[in-house]
Amino acid sequence: MKKITAIVKPFKLDEVKEALVKVGIGGMTVTEVKGFGEQRGQTEIYRGQELKVDFLPKLKIEVVVRDEQVDAVVEALLKSAYTGKIGDGKIFISPVEEVIRIRTKERGERAV
Amino acid sequence: MKGVVLSLMVMLVFSGYALAEGPAPTPKLDSGDTAWLLISTALVFLMTVPGLALFYGGLAKKKDVLNTLAMSLTSYALVSVLWVLYGYSLAFNEDVSGVIGKTTKFLLSGVGMESLNNTIPEFLFVAFQLTFAAITVALISGSFIERIKFSAWIVFAVLWFTLVYVPVAHWVWGGGFLAKLGALDFAGGTVVHINAGIAGLVGALFLGKRKEPYLKPHNLTLVALGTGLLWFGWIGFNAGSAVASNSLAAIALLNTNTATAVAALTWLFTEWVFSGKPTVLGFCSGAVAGLVAITPAAGFVNVSGSIIIGLLAGFVPYFMIAKVKPALGYDDALDVFGIHGVAGIIGAFLTGILADPSVNPTGKGLLFGNPSQLWIQLLSVVVVLIYDLLVTAIILLGIKVTMGLRSYEEEEIAGLDLSHHGERAYDLE
Repeated sequence: MKKITAIVKPFKLDEVKEALVKVGIGGMTVTEVKGFGEQRGQTEIYRGQELKVDFLPKLKIEVVVRDEQVDAVVEALLKSAYTGKIGDGKIFISPVEEVIRIRTKERGERAV
Repeated sequence: MKGVVLSLMVMLVFSGYALAEGPAPTPKLDSGDTAWLLISTALVFLMTVPGLALFYGGLAKKKDVLNTLAMSLTSYALVSVLWVLYGYSLAFNEDVSGVIGKTTKFLLSGVGMESLNNTIPEFLFVAFQLTFAAITVALISGSFIERIKFSAWIVFAVLWFTLVYVPVAHWVWGGGFLAKLGALDFAGGTVVHINAGIAGLVGALFLGKRKEPYLKPHNLTLVALGTGLLWFGWIGFNAGSAVASNSLAAIALLNTNTATAVAALTWLFTEWVFSGKPTVLGFCSGAVAGLVAITPAAGFVNVSGSIIIGLLAGFVPYFMIAKVKPALGYDDALDVFGIHGVAGIIGAFLTGILADPSVNPTGKGLLFGNPSQLWIQLLSVVVVLIYDLLVTAIILLGIKVTMGLRSYEEEEIAGLDLSHHGERAYDLE
């Protein structure tokens, strides 16, 4: 089982959600985050003084999938989160040791 | 000497001075005047609660918004009590040597249901003037936000009101020596705005810079709301200062509106040119600067004069704040000096130039053949400035060495809302 974490632009949420549901994920978790990579921040201005804000709002999307789903999910993410402009984000894949469903106590791939 | 003082007093009594001070020659109550002043009192109240509170609150950082509100709210409440206790008497009672009023009206003793101030009940005059005193104190807090200790603020508010506001109000409005000299201040450019501006500046210097010494408004929509309430309430502040329901009140209203609109647009366009973008904060700041600058002039100038005042009020304070303040490096957090002090000074001088006797026969400026008025205005500003500076410094020093003035660094970092009040303003995700 793998956890796929994607940092994406916030306005892309609906598109990404639809694409992931289409390839058959069981669920997802979304967190509002701040960050920067190559895309630097904005400059705000208050009473003539500039305020550099390095961090930009992003969304962190996490899904846990079975190993055989990984490629399809990554494809779906790459397509739906893409704009071609700087700041589109990144995808991280990490191994998951165990998954447990709280309601039924199921473990392993059946709980994904 | 006695002859000069006596003739000045006689001149004063018969000059129909715009703001009535003390016992007046006209004994009859006018219900039109009274109705208007009742409303004006409510309008000026609204300027502090919650006008200024929200204007300042929105400009503060999120973790300090409640503390910022608290300083305005407590200012109003404290002054409300102290005014009836002793403030009114010392400011507006019968004059003693041009310096202060008699103490005989403490707790409004001697003021009864039949007591009049010109054509309005004296009780109403008490209430109306109370709102002016309260907002002056509240204005100062803008310089102190995000770092002053709350207990220090309360003590400062009481002492400053007592030792600075009350005497100055007496000198300019209560029949004191600046009134006798003929200084023109229709609704409080000097008594309220220059006064608060200087005190704010001195306080900013004593407090020192914040750990985060930059303006990061956490809610500009509150600032816009506050600006609206201030502009609305200022109709009572300026037009109410005619202390009558007449054409003087009307011209004061119109002048106020004109100068403010001009100043707001001037700041907006100035900022557009010099900073690159027209900001809502700039519009609001310009509006407030215009409101301040027209305050001493509202019942003395004509509409052309109010346009000139608006232009300068929208232009000069912007540069004070955007260029001079960062160059000098003092942390007047919400620009109490930059806006109220500077625009107040501009207004005071322009009143001395533009006062049109066809608007108000008691005010004749340089442009209308009375160059000495400008010197009188200058003297009035300088006297108040020096007195305010000295006494405010003494008060702050006293607080600093006894109970301490500033919050601890951890308190400042965590935010004064949590540290001093144990409260969180927002419970949003």
